Amino acid sequence: MATADKRPYKVIGTRPVRHDGADKVTGRAKYGGDMRLTGMLYGAMVRSPHAHARIVSIDTSQAEALPGVRAVVTSADMPAQGDRVVELGEGAANMRHLTANILARDKVLYRGHAVAAVAADNVHIAEQAARLVRVEYEVLQPVMNVLDAMRDDAPILNDDVRTESLGAAPQSPDQSRPTNIAKHFLFEKGDVAKGFAEADLVIEHEFDTAMVHQGYIEPHNATALWNTDGRITIWMSTQGSFTARQQTAELLRVPVSSVKVVPMEIGGGFGGKISVYLPPVAALLSRKTGRPVKLQMSRADVFEATGPTPGSHMRLKLGVTRDGRITAGEAWIAFDAGAYPGSPVGMACMCVFACYDVPHGRVEGFDVCVNKPRTNAYRAPGSTHVAFAIETIVDEICEKLGLDPLEFRLKNASREGTRRVDGPVFPRIGMVETVQAIRDSQHYQSPLAGPCRGRGVASGFWFNVGMKSSVTATVNLDGTVSLIEGSTDIGGTRTSIAMQLAETLGIAAEDVNPTVVDTDSIGYTDVTGGSRVTFATGIAAVEAARDIQRQMVQRAALLWDVDPAAVKYDDGRLLGPAGKQFTFKELAAEIHQTGGPIIGSGTSSSATQGGAFGTHCVDVEVDPETGKVQILRYTIAQDAGTAIHPSYVEGQMQGGVVQGIGWALNEEYWYDDRGTMRNATYLDYRLPTCYDVPMIETMIVEVPDPQHPYGVRGVGEVPICPPPAAIANAIYHAVGVRMRRLPMSPPNLLSEILQRFQD
Amino acid sequence: MAKKRVVSATINGEVVEFLCEPRQTLLEVLRDTLDMTGTKEGCSNGNCGACTVLLDGRPVVSCLVLAMEADGSEIRTIEGVARGSHLDEVQQAFLEGAALQCGICTPGFIMQTEALLQANPNPTEEEIRFYLAGNLCRCTGYDKIVRAVQAAAQKRLATT
Repeated sequence: MATADKRPYKVIGTRPVRHDGADKVTGRAKYGGDMRLTGMLYGAMVRSPHAHARIVSIDTSQAEALPGVRAVVTSADMPAQGDRVVELGEGAANMRHLTANILARDKVLYRGHAVAAVAADNVHIAEQAARLVRVEYEVLQPVMNVLDAMRDDAPILNDDVRTESLGAAPQSPDQSRPTNIAKHFLFEKGDVAKGFAEADLVIEHEFDTAMVHQGYIEPHNATALWNTDGRITIWMSTQGSFTARQQTAELLRVPVSSVKVVPMEIGGGFGGKISVYLPPVAALLSRKTGRPVKLQMSRADVFEATGPTPGSHMRLKLGVTRDGRITAGEAWIAFDAGAYPGSPVGMACMCVFACYDVPHGRVEGFDVCVNKPRTNAYRAPGSTHVAFAIETIVDEICEKLGLDPLEFRLKNASREGTRRVDGPVFPRIGMVETVQAIRDSQHYQSPLAGPCRGRGVASGFWFNVGMKSSVTATVNLDGTVSLIEGSTDIGGTRTSIAMQLAETLGIAAEDVNPTVVDTDSIGYTDVTGGSRVTFATGIAAVEAARDIQRQMVQRAALLWDVDPAAVKYDDGRLLGPAGKQFTFKELAAEIHQTGGPIIGSGTSSSATQGGAFGTHCVDVEVDPETGKVQILRYTIAQDAGTAIHPSYVEGQMQGGVVQGIGWALNEEYWYDDRGTMRNATYLDYRLPTCYDVPMIETMIVEVPDPQHPYGVRGVGEVPICPPPAAIANAIYHAVGVRMRRLPMSPPNLLSEILQRFQD
Repeated sequence: MAKKRVVSATINGEVVEFLCEPRQTLLEVLRDTLDMTGTKEGCSNGNCGACTVLLDGRPVVSCLVLAMEADGSEIRTIEGVARGSHLDEVQQAFLEGAALQCGICTPGFIMQTEALLQANPNPTEEEIRFYLAGNLCRCTGYDKIVRAVQAAAQKRLATT
């Protein structure tokens, strides 16, 4: 559904076949794991079997003696970092922590933590040699739970961590001794005590969510060549070639210009392929051997040693008047950061009340180290956790007050001008429109009958980011345009960028040939993340197209011998005085005779996004004998601003929903008391399969974002936020049980159902 | 390390001979020895289906087949699906239906779909979802994949 003053577009809103499609359905596309180089060696990592231990000694002699082994490296081969904090394009990072995560120095902090690496003639020899590296450990007590890790007597992971306070902390933390609490956030708005005093109903609950993984199908990989001239080339799957380049350079302490990252096709990321793990190790092995070295993780390594999203403990309190107006909200949120600081708890604090106009609010957040892998971004990082808490409390309030949950949301929804609890004021946003879309949907209007069936709704918010992008575009003599960009394409963005260039030039999408290139071949471009590529790289493409327009106008003016001011670029045509006219293709054929090649360039760096909202509706059926939840029907309404390629917008919405369903119903890191993950395979971790889910019905709401020339809003992340809450609400309406723990897996739900029948 | 042996198989219609060790999987030989990297590796323990190929017409996860077991067999991989430069109905339907995002699972889904439509040319949605449940996709939520399979089936039925 389209809203408001939508301009007619010729290319935008159509559904061309993606430019990289033929390669991807024939097996020709080259992903990171498909890299082969002459003389290439294969590597294997040595990983810790303990969740928390001191490294006493490492003996690599037996491994080095195995025929076919070419090199072994440990943290002793990594340059010292000191106490540097470096901005890496995905936020600042403490380099001492980052390097210790690549190859452990004095301690291992999670099972699967890398301690050494081997390069050999083939992968079998490398794996055999890895087993021959003798590491002596002094095993320490692990701490696996965020609340346990916050206690004064908890085992300490990092001796150098002191609590850093952001916002007006009530009392300054003890800086004299190490702690697992790396950060303490505090956001306040208004007078919370006054707000709760005005409330007729106050609901407060505690919530727990399990650590979950992004689950991309392609394992991490990197192939590195450290050449004799000191230049390093990395071929890898990454969400951001420039941040991968910078991280690798900083970790190896070489100039950033001596590293070239070649982004191969990438098999999913969802935030998990921003941090580097393998490239510096492959580079060190290459320097030692003088040959290219390829490293690839096993599936268990991906689960145990990359960057999942935190588990959490949250306490949330909401006050409302009898007629359903929110008066105050208070949240206490603790995230397990994993081994090193850096969970997205700060963003969770900013998201928790973002869907609503909360006059008085207070949010506290804690970033806490535990003996699990260092967490990383996962699709709207932090927002899904808090949406589960706030959106189930809203549902409970509506039930207690007898209000329709969508009318309650409309009454309290954030709008243009609403001030968030963390400070910023919303520009034009589409929260209200997504709620209205669900309210008016055939799904919400339809009856739902049958035992143990229930319907739930929930909303969600994500910021979306702008950041930096570069595009260059060359006009070919046949009137096509070659587009060069630095944004790695994970879900069809070559096409959504090409379509914006095509729209601006007034040519067909098929007449643009987009290519993603390496870090030596395009200007700086930030990660494919933050729902930013179609927005920000799109702006850069529009700028490049306008640059081409200006040059084409000059060429036409030259040919017609008129002042360029007398030439107008209009919808793929150049219009001159006295009815003179060129089509884009006609003029393109003349460019070599009028001054040579035309290359347009564009960048985006200052634009920011207005934010994305979605509202979801789900019907479930609960089996009260087993606790299994079946999704019967699912509808998502989301504000896409302007949908450039509707099929890929729908695809993001559907994919995000199904990831959210997995998070809600199945997925969790399942640890034993020694800190060993017991389900580090797909079969036991249990991603949703196509047999678990129905078709996902989509409603694209379009409230154009004025910060983008075509009104684009990023669509990738926010669809994952509402599903756990929407499903929890549906479960309540099916069987009368309020779930406050994720996942709502059969055993967890069944125990709540049995509890309810006992009470 | 056991000695390498010569294995002979028909791959995408051509007789291919290769040397392999007993411990090497069909997946490893396809990708590393024969440089047919269209068959993808997602988990190497049979859970994800990205490495699905047809072995004597049957869909198998090639990470759980030893290369030596393929001796004398007929193998079809993603590289053998298109007819010359023409995509087949399944590939075309995946493209037109935007049934892929990152594309890493796509070769496995296409091979599994080829096997499905061979066995059942007009499957219901339920039958499609059941048959493809061994292939994991993390990007699409499966909606557009199931629709692409339905579209490919209809196109084949209309033309045969």
